Amino acid sequence: MATREEIADILAGFTLFGDLQTPQLLSVAGVFEEVFFPDGERILRQGLTGSGFYVILEGGADVIVDGTKRSTLQRGDFFGEVSILLGEPPTADVVATTALRCLVLAGPAVQGFLESHPKVMYRMLQAQARRLRNANRWRS
Amino acid sequence: MVSDPRPFPPGEYPAIVVGSGPGGLQASYGLRRHGVAHAVLSADPAPGGMFRKWPFFQRLLSWTKPYAPEAHTSREYQRFDWNSLIADEPELRSLQAEFLDGTSYFPSRQEMEANLAAFADRAGIEVRYECTWERTRRVEGADGTTFVLETTDGEYRTRILILAVGVAQPLMPSPPGIELARHYAETREAPSYAGKRLFIIGKQNSGFELASGLASWASQIVLSSPSPAKLSVVTNSLVGVRARYVQPFEDNFLGLGVSILNASTDGIARAGDGYRVDLRRTDNGMPMSVAADEVIAATGFTCPLQDLPALGVTTFGRSGLPAVTPMWESVSVPGIYFAGTISQAAPGLRKHGIPANSGAVHGHRYNSLIMTRHIAETHFGVEDARPQVAERDVLGYLLREATCAPELWHQKAYLARVVSVSGDDGIRDEGILPLVHALDTLERDVIAMTVEADGTGGIFPVIYVRHGGRVEEHALPGHPMRDFATTEHREAAASAISAVLPSFART
Repeated sequence: MATREEIADILAGFTLFGDLQTPQLLSVAGVFEEVFFPDGERILRQGLTGSGFYVILEGGADVIVDGTKRSTLQRGDFFGEVSILLGEPPTADVVATTALRCLVLAGPAVQGFLESHPKVMYRMLQAQARRLRNANRWRS
Repeated sequence: MVSDPRPFPPGEYPAIVVGSGPGGLQASYGLRRHGVAHAVLSADPAPGGMFRKWPFFQRLLSWTKPYAPEAHTSREYQRFDWNSLIADEPELRSLQAEFLDGTSYFPSRQEMEANLAAFADRAGIEVRYECTWERTRRVEGADGTTFVLETTDGEYRTRILILAVGVAQPLMPSPPGIELARHYAETREAPSYAGKRLFIIGKQNSGFELASGLASWASQIVLSSPSPAKLSVVTNSLVGVRARYVQPFEDNFLGLGVSILNASTDGIARAGDGYRVDLRRTDNGMPMSVAADEVIAATGFTCPLQDLPALGVTTFGRSGLPAVTPMWESVSVPGIYFAGTISQAAPGLRKHGIPANSGAVHGHRYNSLIMTRHIAETHFGVEDARPQVAERDVLGYLLREATCAPELWHQKAYLARVVSVSGDDGIRDEGILPLVHALDTLERDVIAMTVEADGTGGIFPVIYVRHGGRVEEHALPGHPMRDFATTEHREAAASAISAVLPSFART
C-alpha cells in the first residue's frame, strides 16, 4: 500500500517523469491508478480493445506476440501506449512474470494527459525513437 | 445465569463471513442457497454496514425507481433498482422500493438502512452482532490451512474466510499539521459549520458531498487536491464526481462561495483562531496560502484488514485493497475471500478505463452470488446446475441477456453471460461469470456475452469467443433504445459465434 507521496517519489526516479516538479508528480500520482497483477496474469491482451497505458512500479513482465516472447519489461518501463496512440487493439500480450505493481491511465485519458504534460510526451517520444532505432538495427 | 441468545458461539465453522453490511448479508444468503453451513460475525449492533453512518448529507448516490417498465419481482427490474439485495424468493426481491417515501428516487441513508435490515430479517440471515474480529492466526495442518479469528467473544476457526468489512477506515494524508484537520468520517451536524470558512482536502465524491451539504451553512468552501476533479457527466461513466454534486462546480465557475483548486498541501498551521493551509499550485509550482476555520480531509478510506497483511495477504493502492483473483480470493493466501465493496479489488479488464461497479451495491451484490457459488463448488463439493442450451436457442438467449440481464448492465465488460461448448456434451449455460474468469479459466470453448461502454456515451453488446485457446472480440452495434435483439444484432451475433457453432455460419 503506497500513499500518493510515495508514488510521486517513485515516479521522480523514472525517466518518463524526470522533468516534473513535486506538485506535478503528486498530480500524476492522483491521475494514474495503482493496480496489482499476480505472477502469470495478463495485463494487455492481444486483439482486445479498450486497454490502458501502464507504468511498472515494481516487478517484471514479458511481451508475447502469438505465443512467442519478444521482450521483457521491468520497473520504470511503460507499455500500452502504442495501441492507444494508434486507436487499435494491442498487437501483443503483456504477462506478469512476478507479482507486478503498475500505475495505469485509461486509454481515453492518455491524449489529454500527454497534451497537458508536454515534457512527459517528449520523454515518451524519445523512448519510442530508441525502440524504433533498435528495431531498425535488428533488421539491418 | 442467562445464556447468550446470539447465534454462532465461538468454535469451528465450515465458512465464516465477517460483516453485516450489504456484502456480508448477500454472501451469507449465497452460501445458504448452496447449503454451505457458516457463521456470520459483525462488530456492529445491527445490519446495514456503512449505511448505518454514511452518507452524512442528502441521499445515496444510487437510485431505485419505484415505477419501472418491469415488475418489482422480476430479474429484469434489478436494472432499475441499484439498492436491493438479490434473492430467489419473490417476496425478498426489490425491497428498497417499499422504503421510499416518494420525495426522491435516491434513498436517504435511513431508507437504505431499513431496506438492508428488512432483507436480513425476512431472509432470516443470522448474525452474531457485537462480536469484533481483533486478530488472526494461520494454523497449517496436513490437510491445509485453518484460519483462527480471535474476537471479543472468543476464538473462531474456519477453512474459508469471507471478509465483507467494507472500505471504511478513514485514510488521512500526511502533510505537516494534518492532526489539525478532521477526517470526513468525523463531520459534525451541519449547523455547527454556520459562518465558518471550510477547507476540504480532496476532490472526490465525499469532498463534494460535504461541499453540497454544507453550502447553506459555511461562509466559504475551498476544495483542493493536486489532480483536477473528474465529472461523471464528462467521463460518460460513474468515474468522477457524480451528477448529484455538480452544484459546487457551478458556484466555482461563477466565483460565488466555492473555490476548487489544483494544488498539493504543504502543511496546516494554527493562525489566530483558525488555520492557515499552505499549498503549492500544480500548474506552476508557486506557493499560496488559504485561511480557514475548519480543515476537513475528504481523502478516502482504506480496508480494515487488521493483521491480514502480516499473515501474507498482499495489498495494493491507496485504499489497501487486497490483491485477489477474478473470483475474489486472495492471490497470496488462498482460502480468504472478499465480498461487498472490497470486491472492487478484482478490476477485470477495465476496458476504456471504465471500472466495474463492484464498489457499490448494484455491482457487488452479483459478485457475492458468483463467489459463493464458486466457493460451494470448489471447497464443498456442491455442483450447481449447468443447464443444456439447444443450439437453435443460443442466439436468442444471448441477445435477450444483452438487452435485459441486470448483471451485464450493472457490471459492464466485467460480468458476462457465459455458455460453453464441447463436442462431448454440447452447449452448457455456465451462468453469469466474471469475464476474465471465463476467458482464462474454463477448459471448454466459450461464448461470453457482455454489455459495454467506451466512454463516448455509446452502449453496445460484445461477444467474446474463445476457440482452441484463442480469444476473439466481436463488438455488436448499439441501438438508440438499447434493444440488442434486432435482426441486425442477430446477424452480427451469428457471425461472431459461428467459429464455435458452425451451424450459425449460414444464418
